[in-house]
Amino acid sequence: MRDEHLITAKQLSREDIETVLDRAAEIAADPSAVSDRHADTLLGLLFFEPSTRTKMSFEAAIKRLGGDTVDMGSVDSSSVSKGESLADTVRVIEGYADALVLRHPRQGSAKMASEFVDVPLVNAGDGAGHHPTQTLLDLYTMREQNGLDDLTIGIMGDLKYGRTVHSLANALTNFDVRQHFISPESLQLPRSVRYDLHQEGASVREHTDLDEILPELDVLYVTRIQRERFPDENEYHAVAGEYQIDAGTLESASDDLTIMHPLPRVDEIAPEIDETDHANYFSQAHNGVPVRMALLDLLLSNEGGDVQ
Amino acid sequence: MSDHELRVSKIRNGTVIDHVPGGQALNVLAILGIDGSGGEQVSIGMNVPSDRLPSKDIVKVEGRELSQNEVDVLSLIAPDATINIVSEYDVVDKRRLDRPKHVEGVLVCPNRNCITTDDEPVESKFEVLDDEVRCIYCDTIIRDNLTEHIGN
Repeated sequence: MRDEHLITAKQLSREDIETVLDRAAEIAADPSAVSDRHADTLLGLLFFEPSTRTKMSFEAAIKRLGGDTVDMGSVDSSSVSKGESLADTVRVIEGYADALVLRHPRQGSAKMASEFVDVPLVNAGDGAGHHPTQTLLDLYTMREQNGLDDLTIGIMGDLKYGRTVHSLANALTNFDVRQHFISPESLQLPRSVRYDLHQEGASVREHTDLDEILPELDVLYVTRIQRERFPDENEYHAVAGEYQIDAGTLESASDDLTIMHPLPRVDEIAPEIDETDHANYFSQAHNGVPVRMALLDLLLSNEGGDVQ
Repeated sequence: MSDHELRVSKIRNGTVIDHVPGGQALNVLAILGIDGSGGEQVSIGMNVPSDRLPSKDIVKVEGRELSQNEVDVLSLIAPDATINIVSEYDVVDKRRLDRPKHVEGVLVCPNRNCITTDDEPVESKFEVLDDEVRCIYCDTIIRDNLTEHIGN
């Protein structure tokens, strides 16, 4: 990887992505080979928003590399509650850790924070902005299942505010992928992501009805439509109900369709799907550990500016 | 135009911003953060005849030079403007504007959830694209009505 921080998926070339995924595959095949590789390394965790999967998988990743974490803890128990700026917080904690992982509710927070520190900083979600490490594990999962070229992908749900969607859409422009975006009109892709996709010459189509495109899909990436995005509860239920997946929905789908979800889900995917061959979201979540191990290994070994 | 035709009086020391598109003079003042409360001496000509533009505005500010950030944002709303530095009634420097790659400060990101709108030690910064500008922090694109986002 060329950069010392990971802020958005846009900064990743195809070569960068494949380097991380290849390393993750090596690690997954033989985790014991790296169990002491980053002994004495401390990873600073700064989670200003709740997180289960991302935070725990980063913790698991650094511990399985032989290192440990220092954790800011909850916002309520930290100096943030006294009004400390994010810029000050990261400047202090970089003195305690060899790399930082930041989740923050504001868009652009990771980019700004990276300007104030010298240790590698990883964006673990910045509001409705980006979530590049989720994208890396999404791509790892897709590559395992379908490969990453000559693929037709449907991305469905909250495309406007879904940071996993924005990062995934950007990263997929590196591959021969046809992207279909399925959402209510009020939650379509933001202008900035459309701009990026257009600039990259990506193959993109938008739909409001999944049935229009479902039979063609190799992968369906489902995201949660968040209740708080709708001022009216009835409107939320009317919209959300149209973007839920159950056995009936999938009647026209290919037998080989892979269904993914960054989790947590609420009711976008019926539990009856979990036992089908389509369901991939739990192994997708498990892949977070080897992928984040690979990423940390590369960032922490990145002394000369290039991957070792 | 001869001196007796000038609708805007000369200044002794300061800056004259000429060839501003007609109607944009007040936005130029907004970019400079001038609203009258600071006591600056300002002369404005609005919608005066011009050889180069359908009509032009002229802004003259006594005792004030422009920062690079102000010049950069000015170039977005008045790309054909000229900036004249005046000393003892003479123009001692005259320059046209280049379209910058980035503009810093002056503009405020319209995304209320952008980190630059929080209480952080960071100025706004926008990448200048063909017909729009884009916040380098939150990616928000401003295409229309740029002047509505002038902060200061």
